[in-house]
Formats: sequence, C-alpha cells, structure tokens
Amino acid sequence: MRFMVMVRSTPDIEAGVLPTTEELTAMGEFNERLAKAGLLLEGEGLHPSSKGARIRFDGENRRVIDGPFAETKELIAGYWIVKMQSKEEAIEWFRQAPCFNNGGTLEIRQIFEAEDFGENITPELREQEARLRIGGLGT
Amino acid sequence: MGDFERRLDTIWRIESPRLIAALARVTRDLALAEDIAQDAFVAALDRWRDGGVPENPGAWLMTIAKRRAIDRFRREDTLRAKTGELQRSTAHSISIESEIEMLDQDVGDDMLRLMFIACHPLLSREARVALTLRLVAGLTTAEIARAFLTSEPTIAQRIVRAKRMLAEARIPFELPSQAERMGRLSTVMEVIYLVFNEGYSATTGADVVRPALCEDALRLGRALTHLAPESGEVHALVALMELQSSRSAARAQTDGTPVLLADQDRSRWNRSSIRRGLSELERAHERGSLGPYGLQAAIAAVHARAATFEQTDWHGIAALYDALAEMMPTPVVRLNRAVAVGMAFGPEAALPLIDELEDEGALREYHLLPAVRADALERMMRYSEAALAFERAATLAKNERDRMFLHRRAAFCRNR
Repeated sequence: MRFMVMVRSTPDIEAGVLPTTEELTAMGEFNERLAKAGLLLEGEGLHPSSKGARIRFDGENRRVIDGPFAETKELIAGYWIVKMQSKEEAIEWFRQAPCFNNGGTLEIRQIFEAEDFGENITPELREQEARLRIGGLGT
Repeated sequence: MGDFERRLDTIWRIESPRLIAALARVTRDLALAEDIAQDAFVAALDRWRDGGVPENPGAWLMTIAKRRAIDRFRREDTLRAKTGELQRSTAHSISIESEIEMLDQDVGDDMLRLMFIACHPLLSREARVALTLRLVAGLTTAEIARAFLTSEPTIAQRIVRAKRMLAEARIPFELPSQAERMGRLSTVMEVIYLVFNEGYSATTGADVVRPALCEDALRLGRALTHLAPESGEVHALVALMELQSSRSAARAQTDGTPVLLADQDRSRWNRSSIRRGLSELERAHERGSLGPYGLQAAIAAVHARAATFEQTDWHGIAALYDALAEMMPTPVVRLNRAVAVGMAFGPEAALPLIDELEDEGALREYHLLPAVRADALERMMRYSEAALAFERAATLAKNERDRMFLHRRAAFCRNR
C-alpha cells in the first residue's frame, strides 16, 4: 500500500528559512536509505504558503485567496510518497526521519489504490492467451 | 500477537536485510550471519520488552550483533587453541576483529553484495528465489511457502541447503569484478522478474498472497536501481514491471475471467504506475541502447501511451519485436512478433512467420500457435483452413474455457 507522509509546516519554514547543510545531509541520508530499500516513490519539498493560493468554492462562486495562510501548523511543507507493507512499517520508518527545527509533525495517510489485486487474479494460460492475442509479450 | 510483538516483527522486516548484509560481509558465511542477526534480535526483544524500543533500533541491533560476532569469534578461537587446531596468527585475529568493529559502518554495497550472493549462479532458480525473498526482502519462511503454494519445511530446507552449498563452495563475498558485474546483475534481475511473474500470473482464486509477490519484486527492483544505478536494464526491468502492474485492475473481471487488452477499460489503468514506468524507461534509454527488458518495457509503453486500442502504434510495436526477436529469438518471442506484424501489416505478412515456426516444429504442444495461425487465416477469409486450425488449437488447449472458446471460433469459420 502507498502512503503519503506529509511534513507539517513550522513558523521557520513559513518564513522561508532554508534547511541547513546538516539538515539537508541528514535528509539526504534518510531518503537514500528509503530508496535503497526500494520504498521511496517520490519526495518533494514545498515553497512557503506566501507563494501559494487557495480557491474557495461556494455554489457557483469561486474566490481566489493568495497566500500566506495563517494556520501554520495545518500547512504542508513537503511530502513523501512511499510504498509500505503496512501502516506500522511506515510509522517505524518515519520515526527515524530527521527532525527539522527541533520539532514538527509528520502525518501519515494511506493512498487509495485503483487496483484491487484480490479480485483480479487470472489463470495463467488465459493470461498468456490474452497477451499473445494482443501481440505484446510485455503487456 | 500483541502490539509489542507486531512492532518487533516490523522492525525485523526493516532492519534484518541490512543487518544480515553487514554481518555477511565480515563473517563471509550467510548461515552464521543470519544466526547472529537472530541472536541480536532475541536479545533486543528481552531488553526492549521492559525498557521500551530505542529511538534508533537499527543502530542498537547493529551494536549487539557486533558484540555477539566478536564473542563467537573469540570462543571459536579459544576452542581451537585448546584442541591445537588454531592456525590463525594473532595478527590475523586482530584484523578480523577490526573488521567486525566496522560492522556498523555502511560500506554502501552490502545490500548489493547480499543480492549477488543470494542469486549466485551456483544455486538452482528455486533456491535463488527463496534465498532472495528471505534474506533480501525480509519475508518469513511461512510467507514464502504460502506465496509459492508449498509447505514451510520445503522452503526452510531449500534455504538451508542453499546456504550450505554456498558455504561449501567457498564462494567469494567480494563484489564481482566490473567484467563480471553485468552477468551477475542479470541473474539478480532474472530472480526479481521470476518473483514478479509468479505473482502476476497467479492461478489461485481470491488469494492475495501471490499478487503481493509483485510488490516484493517491485521493491527489490527499485532497490536495485539505487544499488546499481549505472545499468540501463535494471531501470528497464522496473519500467516493465510498473507498466505491467498498471493494468492489474483492468485485466480481469471480478470472477477472474480475463479481459483482453482490446477490451480493457483503460480508465482503470493505474496512471501513477504508468508514469513511474515511463520515467524508468526514460532512464534506461539515457543509459544506452535497450536490452531484452528494455525492449519489452518499450512495447508495454506503446500500449500504455495509446488512449484507445485502435490508436495503438502497431508499426512501432512490430519494429520493437523485430529488435527483440533478433536479441532473443525464442519461439514465444517470434510468435508474439508474428502477431504484432499481423496487426501492423495485415495477416498476409504474419502468416509466413507463423508457418516458419510450425515448420520448425517449435511450440508443437502450444495451443496458441495454431490459434494465432487460425486467426490470420480467418482474417484472410480462408475459412475452411481457419476452422481446421482452430480445431487443432482446441485439442491442444489446457483448460475447458479455452477449449470451448476455440471450438466456437472453429464453428463460426465453418459456417461462413
């Protein structure tokens, strides 16, 4: 299952304070461990909310609100997308994530998957036939 | 299982491959490495039950493992000294101990070395698969047994025997030389793709264990792209697996009946798998000309890019099959190529390729050869020949559903 692990923002991040070299190194090492375990799908950092915008939907009306936004602790400063076997595994991994600014919160959320392997199992021969008829070995 | 045990299980899954890989580096003995890792874990379990799990359990385990390794080493030395067998010089002993001291230093290639050893050409395919899943992917013997529909003792024995074989052959634990590296990487890739296909073509009803093998294979493949990033084929293998699994949700009805690619609901294809697959394929391209996995991934990518079946670039696929058949002229690849050529240039172009395979007597027992031939003949409106070929395919078909399907198509041709 895939998880999105979100880094909640801090006043420093919102103020545009960039991570230190040590912090970047620690983050790089952590990401490399995740990658070498074959678990990391994506990971990105986000600019402060002052560079962002919100669109409010109210019936037919659309209202655009430019950042920054006040509720710092509710904002997202970055995220990982990881593939884990369970929520427990995700928790175990991210307990070891480097900590920024002596604090902060990570939020782990499971991603909905379109595929549902359980009900989609096909007998091998039929599968081979399907593959052949459409002419793709790698299909 | 309580929360504490569950947590330890998870920690074992995460930490054991790295621990075993590092221990194998210093002990040069897989069985011993696994033993010490398990020892360390049992010790941790005792201590953590009361004292709580430390913030960095991996480093903790590594420290205990280091101590255990040195203890064992000294005990053996004392034993040998007593029986007069000790031939090790003091200097040698010190060098081994200092190597053990370096256990917790990640020398970077530990995991790759472990993969190479688990997939050593000396071992049978089954043994390589079992050892890789156990040591590199961190699966339990029970999980492997369930995935391969066999008993736990069978898998356990397979693993024990494999480890013994490696120990007796005294295979070197150093990374293979640059000249050997590509060959050894391909044995690792073969194991990963075997695991993937085992999950992908699972034959048992609603069992969710086997498809989990696809996930394990993808995890191993992604890991390998970071351990051996220079190899284009490794990226291609991951691309191929991503693109194939992107269709998982669309390739069968809820009762398990397969849905042909032409009839699949493409909105159910997993776009993120496709995106990941395409970018891995791009990385493979950047690293040079495509190999067998690369070409198969490129074929899968053509399908993935087609918005509808009708928009499929069959000329592109046929060209990729030309290259693949040149590199890997197996009968199955050549038959696939014939199908692609038929889609791109018409049945007249495909028929000689199919006849060639028939003349060689290849795939004699394979119902799809006459089935593909029948399909071409039908499209050329040579109905009586097509009916005969469909009948022959039906007699070769391995299951009732295929047989009925082929009989129906034969009857349809006879009535034209």
